Amino acid sequence: MSPRNDMPLLELRHVSLRLDGRQVLRDVELALLPGEIHALLGANGSGKSSLAYLVMGCGGYRPEHGELLFGGKSIAELPIHERARLGISLAWQEPARFEGLTVAEYLSLGSPKRNAAECLDRVGLPSGEYLARMVDKALSGGERKRIELAALLALGPKLAILDEPTAGVDMLSLGEIIAVVESLRETGSAVLLITHQEELAAHADRASQLCGGRIVFGGPPEEVVAHYKARLCRRCDGETCHD
Amino acid sequence: MTDLEQLYQALRMIGEDPGLILSGDNAHVVAYGHQIVSRQSIPGVSVTAQTTEQGIEAKIVIAEGRQVEQPIHLCFGLFERFGVQNVVLDLVMEANAQATLWSHCLFSVPDVARHAMQAVIRVGPGAELRYQEAHYHGASGGMEVVPRARVELERGARLFSDFSLVTGLVGKLDVDFDVNVGEDAVAELTSKVFGHGMDRIRLKERLVLAGRNARGLIKSRVAVEDDASAEVIGITEGNAAGARGHVDCTEIIRDRGMVSASPVVKVTHPEAKVTHEAAIGSVDRQQMETLMARGLAPEEAVYRIVGGLLR
Repeated sequence: MSPRNDMPLLELRHVSLRLDGRQVLRDVELALLPGEIHALLGANGSGKSSLAYLVMGCGGYRPEHGELLFGGKSIAELPIHERARLGISLAWQEPARFEGLTVAEYLSLGSPKRNAAECLDRVGLPSGEYLARMVDKALSGGERKRIELAALLALGPKLAILDEPTAGVDMLSLGEIIAVVESLRETGSAVLLITHQEELAAHADRASQLCGGRIVFGGPPEEVVAHYKARLCRRCDGETCHD
Repeated sequence: MTDLEQLYQALRMIGEDPGLILSGDNAHVVAYGHQIVSRQSIPGVSVTAQTTEQGIEAKIVIAEGRQVEQPIHLCFGLFERFGVQNVVLDLVMEANAQATLWSHCLFSVPDVARHAMQAVIRVGPGAELRYQEAHYHGASGGMEVVPRARVELERGARLFSDFSLVTGLVGKLDVDFDVNVGEDAVAELTSKVFGHGMDRIRLKERLVLAGRNARGLIKSRVAVEDDASAEVIGITEGNAAGARGHVDCTEIIRDRGMVSASPVVKVTHPEAKVTHEAAIGSVDRQQMETLMARGLAPEEAVYRIVGGLLR
Protein backbone atom coordinates (compact mmCIF):
# COMPACT_ATOMS: atom_id res chain seq x y z
CA MET A 1 0.00 0.00 0.00
CA SER A 2 1.49 3.36 -0.96
CA PRO A 3 1.67 5.98 1.77
CA ARG A 4 -0.81 8.82 1.87
CA ASN A 5 0.56 12.26 1.05
CA ASP A 6 0.14 13.48 4.61
CA MET A 7 1.86 10.43 5.99
CA PRO A 8 5.62 10.85 6.38
CA LEU A 9 7.74 9.05 3.84
CA LEU A 10 10.64 9.04 6.26
CA GLU A 11 10.28 9.32 9.99
CA LEU A 12 12.86 9.26 12.75
CA ARG A 13 11.30 8.90 16.20
CA HIS A 14 13.55 9.60 19.16
CA VAL A 15 16.54 8.16 17.34
CA SER A 16 19.89 7.97 19.06
CA LEU A 17 23.12 6.77 17.54
CA ARG A 18 26.35 5.90 19.27
CA LEU A 19 29.57 5.29 17.34
CA ASP A 20 32.75 4.03 18.98
CA GLY A 21 31.40 5.01 22.39
CA ARG A 22 30.55 8.56 21.26
CA GLN A 23 26.98 9.82 21.23
CA VAL A 24 26.51 11.08 17.68
CA LEU A 25 22.73 11.53 17.47
CA ARG A 26 20.47 12.25 20.43
CA ASP A 27 16.74 11.78 20.45
CA VAL A 28 16.33 12.94 16.86
CA GLU A 29 12.80 13.54 15.62
CA LEU A 30 12.49 14.22 11.93
CA ALA A 31 9.79 13.60 9.34
CA LEU A 32 9.81 14.08 5.57
CA LEU A 33 6.64 14.01 3.50
CA PRO A 34 6.61 12.45 0.03
CA GLY A 35 8.03 14.92 -2.47
CA GLU A 36 9.22 17.28 0.24
CA ILE A 37 12.62 18.92 0.14
CA HIS A 38 14.02 19.14 3.62
CA ALA A 39 17.28 20.93 4.30
CA LEU A 40 19.41 19.80 7.21
CA LEU A 41 21.85 22.40 8.45
CA GLY A 42 24.50 22.14 11.07
CA ALA A 43 28.13 22.75 11.82
CA ASN A 44 30.88 20.27 11.04
CA GLY A 45 30.59 17.34 13.41
CA SER A 46 26.99 18.07 14.32
CA GLY A 47 25.89 14.65 13.04
CA LYS A 48 24.44 15.50 9.60
CA SER A 49 26.36 12.92 7.60
CA SER A 50 25.88 10.35 10.35
CA LEU A 51 22.14 10.89 10.07
CA ALA A 52 22.40 10.36 6.30
CA TYR A 53 24.35 7.12 6.75
CA LEU A 54 21.89 5.94 9.40
CA VAL A 55 18.94 6.45 7.07
CA MET A 56 20.80 4.73 4.22
CA GLY A 57 21.85 1.85 6.50
CA CYS A 58 25.61 2.10 6.14
CA GLY A 59 27.78 -0.26 8.16
CA GLY A 60 27.72 0.43 11.89
CA TYR A 61 25.02 3.10 11.66
CA ARG A 62 22.18 1.41 13.52
CA PRO A 63 19.92 3.32 15.93
CA GLU A 64 20.77 2.76 19.56
CA HIS A 65 17.26 3.84 20.49
CA GLY A 66 14.18 4.99 18.64
CA GLU A 67 12.42 4.09 15.44
CA LEU A 68 13.39 4.56 11.82
CA LEU A 69 10.38 4.32 9.52
CA PHE A 70 10.05 4.51 5.76
CA GLY A 71 6.56 4.45 4.33
CA GLY A 72 5.33 3.68 7.83
CA LYS A 73 7.44 0.53 8.19
CA SER A 74 10.57 0.02 10.22
CA ILE A 75 13.71 -0.18 8.12
CA ALA A 76 16.17 -0.21 11.01
CA GLU A 77 17.17 -3.82 10.41
CA LEU A 78 17.27 -3.70 6.62
CA PRO A 79 20.62 -3.74 4.79
CA ILE A 80 21.47 -0.93 2.38
CA HIS A 81 20.41 -2.64 -0.81
CA GLU A 82 16.98 -3.49 0.57
CA ARG A 83 16.50 0.12 1.62
CA ALA A 84 17.62 1.15 -1.87
CA ARG A 85 15.04 -1.18 -3.39
CA LEU A 86 12.39 0.49 -1.24
CA GLY A 87 13.41 3.78 -2.84
CA ILE A 88 16.15 5.35 -0.71
CA SER A 89 19.41 6.43 -2.25
CA LEU A 90 22.36 8.57 -1.27
CA ALA A 91 24.74 10.91 -3.10
CA TRP A 92 27.92 10.85 -1.05
CA GLN A 93 29.84 13.87 0.06
CA GLU A 94 33.04 12.26 -1.17
CA PRO A 95 31.94 9.66 -3.67
CA ALA A 96 33.93 6.47 -4.21
CA ARG A 97 35.98 5.88 -7.35
CA PHE A 98 35.76 2.70 -9.39
CA GLU A 99 38.34 1.27 -11.73
CA GLY A 100 36.90 -0.35 -14.83
CA LEU A 101 33.41 1.10 -14.47
CA THR A 102 32.30 3.64 -17.05
CA VAL A 103 30.08 6.59 -16.27
CA ALA A 104 27.42 5.06 -18.53
CA GLU A 105 27.54 1.82 -16.55
CA TYR A 106 27.51 3.67 -13.24
CA LEU A 107 24.42 5.60 -14.24
CA SER A 108 22.68 2.40 -15.34
CA LEU A 109 23.07 0.66 -11.97
CA GLY A 110 19.89 -0.22 -10.13
CA SER A 111 16.72 0.45 -12.07
CA PRO A 112 17.19 3.92 -13.53
CA LYS A 113 14.12 5.78 -14.63
CA ARG A 114 15.91 8.38 -16.68
CA ASN A 115 18.32 8.39 -19.55
CA ALA A 116 21.98 8.59 -18.49
CA ALA A 117 22.95 11.11 -21.16
CA GLU A 118 20.12 13.45 -20.25
CA CYS A 119 21.07 13.30 -16.56
CA LEU A 120 24.72 14.04 -17.28
CA ASP A 121 23.81 17.02 -19.42
CA ARG A 122 21.58 18.19 -16.59
CA VAL A 123 24.50 18.37 -14.16
CA GLY A 124 26.66 20.23 -16.66
CA LEU A 125 28.75 17.33 -17.94
CA PRO A 126 28.49 16.88 -21.72
CA SER A 127 27.30 13.30 -22.16
CA GLY A 128 29.25 12.81 -25.38
CA GLU A 129 32.43 13.45 -23.49
CA TYR A 130 31.69 11.72 -20.21
CA LEU A 131 29.62 8.57 -20.83
CA ALA A 132 32.63 6.50 -21.89
CA ARG A 133 34.95 7.78 -19.18
CA MET A 134 35.79 5.71 -16.12
CA VAL A 135 34.49 6.63 -12.68
CA ASP A 136 38.05 6.52 -11.42
CA LYS A 137 40.83 8.69 -10.07
CA ALA A 138 41.20 10.54 -13.37
CA LEU A 139 38.03 12.50 -12.62
CA SER A 140 38.31 15.68 -10.59
CA GLY A 141 36.44 15.88 -7.29
CA GLY A 142 33.89 18.21 -8.83
CA GLU A 143 33.30 15.97 -11.84
CA ARG A 144 32.86 12.96 -9.60
CA LYS A 145 30.31 14.78 -7.45
CA ARG A 146 28.32 15.84 -10.50
CA ILE A 147 28.29 12.24 -11.69
CA GLU A 148 26.97 11.23 -8.28
CA LEU A 149 24.14 13.70 -8.64
CA ALA A 150 23.47 12.52 -12.19
CA ALA A 151 23.25 8.94 -10.88
CA LEU A 152 20.61 9.98 -8.38
CA LEU A 153 18.70 11.86 -11.06
CA ALA A 154 18.76 8.77 -13.25
CA LEU A 155 17.59 6.57 -10.41
CA GLY A 156 14.76 8.88 -9.37
CA PRO A 157 14.40 7.42 -5.85
CA LYS A 158 11.47 8.12 -3.53
CA LEU A 159 13.97 9.61 -1.10
CA ALA A 160 17.22 11.16 -2.33
CA ILE A 161 19.76 12.00 0.35
CA LEU A 162 22.23 14.62 -0.86
CA ASP A 163 25.19 14.88 1.49
CA GLU A 164 26.85 18.27 1.01
CA PRO A 165 26.28 18.38 -2.76
CA THR A 166 28.09 21.71 -3.11
CA ALA A 167 31.21 20.77 -1.14
CA GLY A 168 34.21 20.64 -3.45
CA VAL A 169 32.23 21.95 -6.41
CA ASP A 170 32.96 25.39 -7.87
CA MET A 171 30.63 28.25 -7.01
CA LEU A 172 29.46 28.53 -10.59
CA SER A 173 27.92 25.08 -10.25
CA LEU A 174 25.49 26.10 -7.55
CA GLY A 175 22.82 26.87 -10.12
CA GLU A 176 23.20 23.41 -11.65
CA ILE A 177 22.92 21.76 -8.27
CA ILE A 178 19.80 23.76 -7.49
CA ALA A 179 18.45 22.59 -10.85
CA VAL A 180 19.14 18.99 -9.84
CA VAL A 181 17.22 19.46 -6.60
CA GLU A 182 14.33 21.03 -8.49
CA SER A 183 14.45 18.24 -11.03
CA LEU A 184 14.20 15.66 -8.25
CA ARG A 185 11.23 17.57 -6.90
CA GLU A 186 9.55 17.59 -10.32
CA THR A 187 9.88 13.82 -10.58
CA GLY A 188 8.34 13.33 -7.15
CA SER A 189 11.42 12.49 -5.11
CA ALA A 190 11.65 13.67 -1.55
CA VAL A 191 15.07 15.15 -0.83
CA LEU A 192 16.99 15.23 2.42
CA LEU A 193 19.41 18.01 1.61
CA ILE A 194 22.44 18.22 3.86
CA THR A 195 24.15 21.51 3.27
CA HIS A 196 25.90 24.57 4.61
CA GLN A 197 24.86 26.58 1.59
CA GLU A 198 22.21 29.14 2.38
CA GLU A 199 21.21 29.60 -1.27
CA LEU A 200 20.67 25.88 -1.63
CA ALA A 201 18.76 25.53 1.63
CA ALA A 202 16.44 28.30 0.46
CA HIS A 203 15.01 25.86 -2.12
CA ALA A 204 13.81 23.50 0.57
CA ASP A 205 10.20 23.32 1.73
CA ARG A 206 11.29 22.96 5.34
CA ALA A 207 14.54 22.84 7.21
CA SER A 208 16.02 21.61 10.47
CA GLN A 209 19.15 22.50 12.32
CA LEU A 210 21.24 19.79 13.89
CA CYS A 211 23.56 20.67 16.71
CA GLY A 212 25.50 18.34 18.95
CA GLY A 213 23.50 15.44 17.52
CA ARG A 214 20.11 17.01 18.31
CA ILE A 215 17.55 18.67 16.10
CA VAL A 216 17.48 22.05 17.81
CA PHE A 217 15.36 24.06 15.45
CA GLY A 218 12.94 23.41 12.62
CA GLY A 219 10.67 25.39 10.33
CA PRO A 220 10.72 27.36 7.10
CA PRO A 221 14.22 27.37 5.61
CA GLU A 222 14.71 31.11 5.89
CA GLU A 223 14.03 30.96 9.63
CA VAL A 224 16.32 27.99 10.15
CA VAL A 225 19.07 29.63 8.10
CA ALA A 226 18.69 32.81 10.13
CA HIS A 227 18.77 30.81 13.34
CA TYR A 228 21.84 28.93 12.18
CA LYS A 229 23.66 32.07 11.08
CA ALA A 230 22.78 33.99 14.26
CA ARG A 231 23.85 31.15 16.55
CA LEU A 232 20.57 31.31 18.37
CA CYS A 233 20.64 27.79 19.69
CA ARG A 234 20.15 27.43 23.41
CA ARG A 235 19.63 23.70 23.61
CA CYS A 236 23.17 22.42 23.49
CA ASP A 237 23.90 21.97 27.14
CA GLY A 238 25.43 25.43 27.24
CA GLU A 239 27.79 24.80 24.34
CA THR A 240 27.89 26.95 21.26
CA CYS A 241 25.87 25.56 18.38
CA HIS A 242 28.60 26.06 15.85
CA ASP A 243 31.79 27.99 15.48
CA MET B 1 35.50 -33.33 -32.01
CA THR B 2 39.01 -32.93 -33.44
CA ASP B 3 41.63 -30.76 -31.75
CA LEU B 4 41.30 -28.25 -34.57
CA GLU B 5 37.55 -28.06 -34.10
CA GLN B 6 38.07 -27.61 -30.36
CA LEU B 7 40.51 -24.81 -31.07
CA TYR B 8 38.00 -23.11 -33.33
CA GLN B 9 35.27 -23.53 -30.74
CA ALA B 10 37.50 -22.13 -27.98
CA LEU B 11 38.32 -19.11 -30.11
CA ARG B 12 34.66 -18.49 -30.84
CA MET B 13 33.90 -18.74 -27.11
CA ILE B 14 36.26 -15.86 -26.39
CA GLY B 15 34.74 -13.78 -29.15
CA GLU B 16 37.40 -14.35 -31.80
CA ASP B 17 36.69 -15.36 -35.36
CA PRO B 18 39.01 -18.28 -36.24
CA GLY B 19 38.37 -17.68 -39.91
CA LEU B 20 39.62 -14.15 -39.58
CA ILE B 21 42.68 -15.11 -37.53
CA LEU B 22 43.62 -17.84 -39.99
CA SER B 23 42.96 -15.74 -43.05
CA GLY B 24 45.83 -14.88 -45.34
CA ASP B 25 45.67 -11.24 -44.28
CA ASN B 26 46.82 -11.83 -40.70
CA ALA B 27 50.21 -12.87 -39.45
CA HIS B 28 49.78 -15.66 -36.92
CA VAL B 29 51.00 -18.79 -35.23
CA VAL B 30 48.35 -21.25 -34.12
CA ALA B 31 49.28 -24.37 -32.17
CA TYR B 32 47.79 -26.92 -29.86
CA GLY B 33 50.16 -28.90 -27.77
CA HIS B 34 53.36 -29.06 -29.77
CA GLN B 35 51.57 -29.27 -33.08
CA ILE B 36 51.59 -26.21 -35.27
CA VAL B 37 48.24 -25.86 -36.97
CA SER B 38 48.97 -22.76 -38.96
CA ARG B 39 51.54 -20.05 -39.38
CA GLN B 40 51.32 -17.09 -41.65
CA SER B 41 53.66 -14.33 -42.73
CA ILE B 42 52.45 -11.18 -44.37
CA PRO B 43 54.41 -8.44 -46.09
CA GLY B 44 56.65 -6.87 -43.48
CA VAL B 45 55.99 -9.57 -40.88
CA SER B 46 58.04 -12.71 -41.10
CA VAL B 47 56.72 -15.65 -39.08
CA THR B 48 58.58 -18.91 -38.72
CA ALA B 49 57.57 -21.69 -36.38
CA GLN B 50 58.62 -25.28 -35.95
CA THR B 51 58.22 -28.16 -33.59
CA THR B 52 61.39 -29.29 -31.86
CA GLU B 53 62.12 -31.94 -29.27
CA GLN B 54 61.52 -29.33 -26.56
CA GLY B 55 58.32 -27.88 -27.95
CA ILE B 56 57.52 -25.04 -30.29
CA GLU B 57 60.01 -22.49 -31.49
CA ALA B 58 58.65 -19.42 -33.18
CA LYS B 59 60.31 -16.33 -34.53
CA ILE B 60 58.51 -13.19 -35.60
CA VAL B 61 60.29 -10.29 -37.23
CA ILE B 62 58.51 -7.05 -38.01
CA ALA B 63 60.38 -5.10 -40.62
CA GLU B 64 61.79 -1.63 -40.15
CA GLY B 65 59.21 1.12 -40.40
CA ARG B 66 56.35 -1.34 -40.96
CA GLN B 67 53.07 -0.35 -39.34
CA VAL B 68 51.06 -3.53 -39.07
CA GLU B 69 47.39 -2.67 -39.16
CA GLN B 70 45.85 -5.98 -38.12
CA PRO B 71 46.87 -7.63 -34.84
CA ILE B 72 49.35 -10.46 -35.07
CA HIS B 73 47.78 -13.49 -33.41
CA LEU B 74 49.41 -16.17 -31.31
CA CYS B 75 46.96 -18.91 -30.37
CA PHE B 76 48.13 -21.61 -28.03
CA GLY B 77 45.92 -24.33 -26.64
CA LEU B 78 45.73 -27.76 -25.09
CA PHE B 79 42.66 -29.86 -25.68
CA GLU B 80 43.43 -33.05 -23.80
CA ARG B 81 43.07 -33.83 -20.10
CA PHE B 82 46.84 -33.99 -19.60
CA GLY B 83 49.57 -32.24 -21.49
CA VAL B 84 52.59 -30.02 -21.78
CA GLN B 85 53.18 -27.08 -24.03
CA ASN B 86 56.57 -25.40 -24.20
CA VAL B 87 56.92 -22.34 -26.37
CA VAL B 88 60.09 -20.45 -27.20
CA LEU B 89 59.36 -17.12 -28.85
CA ASP B 90 61.83 -14.74 -30.41
CA LEU B 91 60.18 -11.46 -31.36
CA VAL B 92 62.07 -8.72 -33.12
CA MET B 93 60.61 -5.34 -33.95
CA GLU B 94 62.94 -3.42 -36.14
CA ALA B 95 63.34 0.34 -35.95
CA ASN B 96 60.14 2.40 -36.09
CA ALA B 97 57.89 -0.62 -36.62
CA GLN B 98 54.46 -0.65 -34.98
CA ALA B 99 52.40 -3.71 -34.18
CA THR B 100 49.82 -5.18 -31.85
CA LEU B 101 50.28 -8.77 -30.79
CA TRP B 102 47.45 -10.75 -29.24
CA SER B 103 48.34 -13.96 -27.50
CA HIS B 104 45.34 -16.21 -26.81
CA CYS B 105 46.13 -19.01 -24.37
CA LEU B 106 43.27 -21.51 -24.39
CA PHE B 107 43.44 -24.04 -21.57
CA SER B 108 39.85 -24.68 -20.58
CA VAL B 109 40.00 -28.44 -21.22
CA PRO B 110 43.03 -29.91 -19.37
CA ASP B 111 42.78 -31.39 -15.89
CA VAL B 112 46.52 -31.32 -15.35
CA ALA B 113 48.81 -29.54 -17.77
CA ARG B 114 51.74 -27.17 -18.05
CA HIS B 115 52.22 -24.25 -20.39
CA ALA B 116 55.61 -22.59 -20.39
CA MET B 117 56.68 -19.64 -22.49
CA GLN B 118 60.21 -18.37 -22.90
CA ALA B 119 60.12 -15.11 -24.81
CA VAL B 120 62.93 -12.87 -25.91
CA ILE B 121 61.65 -9.61 -27.28
CA ARG B 122 63.63 -6.81 -28.82
CA VAL B 123 61.86 -3.58 -29.66
CA GLY B 124 64.08 -1.50 -31.89
CA PRO B 125 64.61 2.26 -31.89
CA GLY B 126 61.35 4.17 -32.18
CA ALA B 127 59.30 0.99 -32.51
CA GLU B 128 56.06 0.38 -30.63
CA LEU B 129 54.66 -2.96 -29.47
CA ARG B 130 51.25 -3.45 -27.89
CA TYR B 131 51.17 -6.94 -26.43
CA GLN B 132 48.08 -8.53 -24.93
CA GLU B 133 48.23 -12.00 -23.42
CA ALA B 134 44.92 -13.42 -22.25
CA HIS B 135 44.52 -16.83 -20.62
CA TYR B 136 41.29 -18.78 -20.55
CA HIS B 137 41.24 -21.63 -18.08
CA GLY B 138 38.67 -24.19 -17.01
CA ALA B 139 37.49 -25.32 -13.62
CA SER B 140 40.09 -28.01 -12.94
CA GLY B 141 42.67 -25.89 -11.16
CA GLY B 142 45.34 -28.21 -12.54
CA MET B 143 47.00 -25.82 -14.96
CA GLU B 144 50.52 -24.62 -14.42
CA VAL B 145 51.45 -21.53 -16.39
CA VAL B 146 55.01 -20.30 -16.48
CA PRO B 147 55.56 -17.27 -18.71
CA ARG B 148 59.04 -15.79 -18.89
CA ALA B 149 60.03 -12.78 -20.93
CA ARG B 150 63.23 -10.84 -21.38
CA VAL B 151 62.57 -7.60 -23.16
CA GLU B 152 64.94 -5.00 -24.53
CA LEU B 153 63.56 -1.59 -25.42
CA GLU B 154 65.95 0.46 -27.47
CA ARG B 155 66.06 4.21 -27.80
CA GLY B 156 62.58 5.73 -28.05
CA ALA B 157 60.87 2.32 -28.15
CA ARG B 158 57.48 1.80 -26.54
CA LEU B 159 55.98 -1.30 -24.99
CA PHE B 160 52.45 -1.61 -23.62
CA SER B 161 51.90 -5.06 -22.21
CA ASP B 162 48.67 -6.41 -20.75
CA PHE B 163 48.55 -9.85 -19.15
CA SER B 164 45.24 -11.24 -17.92
CA LEU B 165 44.08 -14.49 -16.35
CA VAL B 166 40.63 -13.84 -15.01
CA THR B 167 38.62 -16.68 -16.55
CA GLY B 168 38.47 -20.05 -14.79
CA LEU B 169 40.77 -21.37 -12.09
CA VAL B 170 44.32 -20.15 -12.41
CA GLY B 171 45.96 -23.30 -11.02
CA LYS B 172 49.57 -22.31 -10.57
CA LEU B 173 50.88 -19.16 -12.23
CA ASP B 174 54.48 -18.02 -12.12
CA VAL B 175 55.13 -14.92 -14.20
CA ASP B 176 58.61 -13.47 -14.56
CA PHE B 177 59.02 -10.48 -16.87
CA ASP B 178 62.21 -8.50 -17.09
CA VAL B 179 62.32 -5.33 -19.18
CA ASN B 180 65.32 -3.15 -19.88
CA VAL B 181 64.18 0.32 -20.88
CA GLY B 182 66.56 2.38 -22.97
CA GLU B 183 66.90 6.11 -23.56
CA ASP B 184 63.57 7.90 -24.06
CA ALA B 185 61.83 4.51 -24.13
CA VAL B 186 58.55 3.73 -22.37
CA ALA B 187 57.32 0.50 -20.81
CA GLU B 188 53.94 -0.12 -19.22
CA LEU B 189 53.25 -3.56 -17.80
CA THR B 190 49.75 -4.34 -16.61
CA SER B 191 48.75 -7.65 -15.03
CA LYS B 192 45.28 -8.73 -13.98
CA VAL B 193 44.68 -12.05 -12.26
CA PHE B 194 41.73 -13.48 -10.36
CA GLY B 195 42.50 -16.43 -8.11
CA HIS B 196 39.97 -18.82 -6.63
CA GLY B 197 39.98 -22.22 -4.95
CA MET B 198 43.54 -23.28 -4.19
CA ASP B 199 45.16 -21.15 -6.91
CA ARG B 200 48.75 -20.08 -6.40
CA ILE B 201 49.85 -16.91 -8.13
CA ARG B 202 53.27 -15.35 -8.39
CA LEU B 203 53.82 -12.22 -10.44
CA LYS B 204 57.31 -10.87 -10.71
CA GLU B 205 57.88 -7.96 -13.02
CA ARG B 206 61.05 -5.94 -13.21
CA LEU B 207 61.68 -2.72 -15.07
CA VAL B 208 65.22 -1.42 -15.38
CA LEU B 209 65.10 2.21 -16.44
CA ALA B 210 68.55 2.15 -17.91
CA GLY B 211 68.50 4.99 -20.41
CA ARG B 212 68.22 8.73 -20.00
CA ASN B 213 64.55 9.78 -19.64
CA ALA B 214 63.36 6.18 -19.66
CA ARG B 215 59.87 5.79 -18.24
CA GLY B 216 58.09 2.81 -16.81
CA LEU B 217 54.94 1.72 -15.04
CA ILE B 218 54.14 -1.58 -13.40
CA LYS B 219 50.47 -1.93 -12.63
CA SER B 220 49.10 -5.06 -10.99
CA ARG B 221 45.51 -5.85 -10.17
CA VAL B 222 45.00 -9.12 -8.35
CA ALA B 223 41.95 -10.48 -6.58
CA VAL B 224 41.91 -13.73 -4.62
CA GLU B 225 39.11 -15.57 -2.89
CA ASP B 226 38.52 -18.98 -1.26
CA ASP B 227 41.97 -20.32 -0.32
CA ALA B 228 43.89 -18.75 -3.18
CA SER B 229 47.14 -16.91 -2.60
CA ALA B 230 49.23 -14.45 -4.53
CA GLU B 231 52.68 -12.97 -4.31
CA VAL B 232 53.16 -9.80 -6.31
CA ILE B 233 56.61 -8.37 -6.82
CA GLY B 234 57.03 -5.22 -8.86
CA ILE B 235 60.60 -4.02 -9.16
CA THR B 236 61.59 -0.75 -10.76
CA GLU B 237 65.13 0.51 -10.95
CA GLY B 238 65.95 4.07 -11.94
CA ASN B 239 69.51 4.09 -13.20
CA ALA B 240 69.73 7.14 -15.44
CA ALA B 241 69.09 10.87 -15.45
CA GLY B 242 65.44 11.76 -15.98
CA ALA B 243 64.26 8.19 -15.51
CA ARG B 244 60.74 8.06 -14.09
CA GLY B 245 59.06 4.95 -12.79
CA HIS B 246 56.01 3.98 -10.81
CA VAL B 247 54.76 0.74 -9.29
CA ASP B 248 51.03 0.53 -8.63
CA CYS B 249 49.69 -2.59 -6.93
CA THR B 250 46.07 -2.99 -5.91
CA GLU B 251 45.03 -6.32 -4.51
CA ILE B 252 41.71 -7.51 -3.13
CA ILE B 253 41.27 -10.47 -0.85
CA ARG B 254 38.15 -12.31 0.21
CA ASP B 255 37.42 -15.39 2.28
CA ARG B 256 40.69 -17.05 3.33
CA GLY B 257 42.69 -15.62 0.45
CA MET B 258 46.17 -14.28 1.04
CA VAL B 259 48.22 -11.73 -0.88
CA SER B 260 51.60 -10.21 -0.42
CA ALA B 261 52.67 -7.25 -2.52
CA SER B 262 56.23 -6.04 -2.67
CA PRO B 263 56.76 -2.92 -4.70
CA VAL B 264 60.52 -2.63 -4.84
CA VAL B 265 62.09 0.62 -5.96
CA LYS B 266 65.79 1.14 -6.43
CA VAL B 267 67.41 4.32 -7.67
CA THR B 268 71.07 4.63 -8.53
CA HIS B 269 71.06 8.02 -10.23
CA PRO B 270 70.34 11.28 -8.38
CA GLU B 271 68.17 12.57 -11.22
CA ALA B 272 65.99 9.48 -11.42
CA LYS B 273 62.74 9.13 -9.55
CA VAL B 274 60.70 6.04 -8.82
CA THR B 275 57.50 5.97 -6.78
CA HIS B 276 55.22 3.22 -5.62
CA GLU B 277 51.82 2.59 -4.12
CA ALA B 278 50.34 -0.63 -2.89
CA ALA B 279 46.94 -1.34 -1.44
CA ILE B 280 45.80 -4.72 -0.22
CA GLY B 281 42.55 -5.32 1.53
CA SER B 282 39.07 -6.59 1.32
CA VAL B 283 36.61 -4.95 -1.02
CA ASP B 284 36.43 -1.24 -0.21
CA ARG B 285 33.50 -0.55 2.11
CA GLN B 286 32.47 2.73 0.58
CA GLN B 287 32.54 1.25 -2.90
CA MET B 288 30.33 -1.58 -1.65
CA GLU B 289 27.91 0.77 0.06
CA THR B 290 27.77 3.06 -2.96
CA LEU B 291 26.73 0.21 -5.23
CA MET B 292 24.35 -1.23 -2.64
CA ALA B 293 22.74 2.20 -2.34
CA ARG B 294 21.84 1.72 -6.02
CA GLY B 295 20.09 -1.52 -5.12
CA LEU B 296 22.83 -4.05 -5.88
CA ALA B 297 22.97 -7.03 -3.52
CA PRO B 298 26.32 -7.49 -1.76
CA GLU B 299 27.47 -10.28 -4.09
CA GLU B 300 26.55 -8.24 -7.16
CA ALA B 301 28.45 -5.29 -5.75
CA VAL B 302 31.56 -7.40 -5.15
CA TYR B 303 31.29 -8.79 -8.68
CA ARG B 304 31.14 -5.27 -10.11
CA ILE B 305 34.07 -3.98 -8.07
CA VAL B 306 36.36 -6.94 -8.67
CA GLY B 307 35.26 -7.22 -12.29
CA GLY B 308 36.06 -3.57 -12.85
CA LEU B 309 39.45 -3.85 -11.21
CA LEU B 310 40.36 -6.77 -13.47
CA ARG B 311 38.84 -5.34 -16.61
